[in-house]
Amino acid sequence: MSVSQLADVEHLHRVGARPPLFSYLAEVWRRRAFITTLARYRLRAKYEANRLGILWIAIRPLVNAAVYGLIFGVIQTGATRPKDYPVYVVVGVFFWEFFMGCFVEGAHAVTANRNMVQSLAFPRMTLPLAVWAERMYSFLITLVVLVPILILFGHYPSLKWLWVIPLFAIYATFNAGVTMILARITVHVTDLAELLPYIARILFYASGVLFSVDSVMKGHPLIIKAYDAYPMYQVLKMARHFLTEDAGTSFNQHYWLFLSLAAVITLVVGVLFFWSAEERYGRD
Amino acid sequence: MVAIEEYQRTGELGEPVVSVENLHVTYRVYATGKAAGSQRNGLLRVSRGIREVHALRGVSFVAHRNESIGIIGPNGSGKSTLMRALVGLTPPSAGAVYARSRPNMLGVAAAALLPELSGERNIVLGGLAMGFTPSEVREMRDDIVAFAELEESIDLPMRTYSSGMAARLKFAIAAARADDILIIDEALSVGDKRFQERSEERIREIASHAGTIFLVSHAMKSIRETCARTIWINQGVVEMDGPTDEVVDTYEASKK
Repeated sequence: MSVSQLADVEHLHRVGARPPLFSYLAEVWRRRAFITTLARYRLRAKYEANRLGILWIAIRPLVNAAVYGLIFGVIQTGATRPKDYPVYVVVGVFFWEFFMGCFVEGAHAVTANRNMVQSLAFPRMTLPLAVWAERMYSFLITLVVLVPILILFGHYPSLKWLWVIPLFAIYATFNAGVTMILARITVHVTDLAELLPYIARILFYASGVLFSVDSVMKGHPLIIKAYDAYPMYQVLKMARHFLTEDAGTSFNQHYWLFLSLAAVITLVVGVLFFWSAEERYGRD
Repeated sequence: MVAIEEYQRTGELGEPVVSVENLHVTYRVYATGKAAGSQRNGLLRVSRGIREVHALRGVSFVAHRNESIGIIGPNGSGKSTLMRALVGLTPPSAGAVYARSRPNMLGVAAAALLPELSGERNIVLGGLAMGFTPSEVREMRDDIVAFAELEESIDLPMRTYSSGMAARLKFAIAAARADDILIIDEALSVGDKRFQERSEERIREIASHAGTIFLVSHAMKSIRETCARTIWINQGVVEMDGPTDEVVDTYEASKK
């Protein structure tokens, strides 16, 4: 009698085998406390040594926005510069950081935790999800800081702000998918992690965080059409519309449908893509 | 598969819980530097030297419920590779490991800890990483603190601990679990002489609660004390598998 026959008889399972998708996801769900705790503790660990501590989560994007706002505010002339420029930049940078964090840090979610992956058996998807949760907490904190800034520049809270809630849900779904996709890609192509900050920067400059695509690309209707189908552009445009409606930022209603679809597809692709390599992580 | 049939005939053992069939493990290592005799070199050489290390070459055995199995062998014989394959962390290049429930290694939660955080928070993090629920972690908390003897400094960041304190905390977190199939590396016992004795004692206590244990050790004394059966691994193959006294005697004789 061979051992694998014995395994059949005695109901033994192959160790290290990737579980089927739904039991895998159930196991990830069972580990949700680990995901959120790891995310919260990492945030604390990052900032606790500083005097201002957790405040840095809000200060960093604020300083970023100030620096970019100053430089791009000077470069752009009155004609192309969006109205109400400081608010334009702050909303843009704050919303952008969530995606950027998931994109760049998601890439390190598995590779930077090699030790943990190689010594503990747990569903690896918890690692990119912890990165995503960490970025989401940061983003929520910056959203709170955004309120007094908006008021300072004369945008008072209105019912319209509530639209940010569904937008946030869709955006977070999209970013979860992005994090998982990046987390697996860098496991196969380690070199990519070196390039990602540059790719992220190109995306940053191209996504209309600092300038209005509509007025800069006035002579190129095709490019504007293409932007109409670009999820990050849609997120920024919708966020600006809801929070600062007078900034001349109406958007096409098809954005809702398009963005939701893009988010769900990205999430499903991300889950399947990450899960299918479950046995591969930590082996190099 | 003589060994299995033999164990099945004896009939005294519990049902099989782990079964290892013809397990081969090969590591592919990107060799840096030059092996002796290599001719080519240069930074931009695209095909870097990939060396294959055949760490296990066809290991087979079956472990039964309530067995304590010692794993011995010289450094580099493949003991650790075998243990990592048992818990599913190292993929077999051929053969497979089957188990009733997932075997777990004692003492590896340290990888999940964050030195910036207090011992208190690291207990929570380590416990969750090992798969405990938050309420189980809350229950374990006091025992862990007491065992690690860190009541005074449990709220300080772990990076401020002395290496002995950190090692005690890591051990106490790791030793909080009781598994069905448990793998214990005795290099784990840490700290000063007194704590080493306490941790060895704790390991034995855990071993007595676990269903089936594998004890990896260089200390023949603890193998003889804890294990009824011993497997001697040498250069990636099972050199000998049988009652501890027989195997350990032969092993010790071979080293003289």
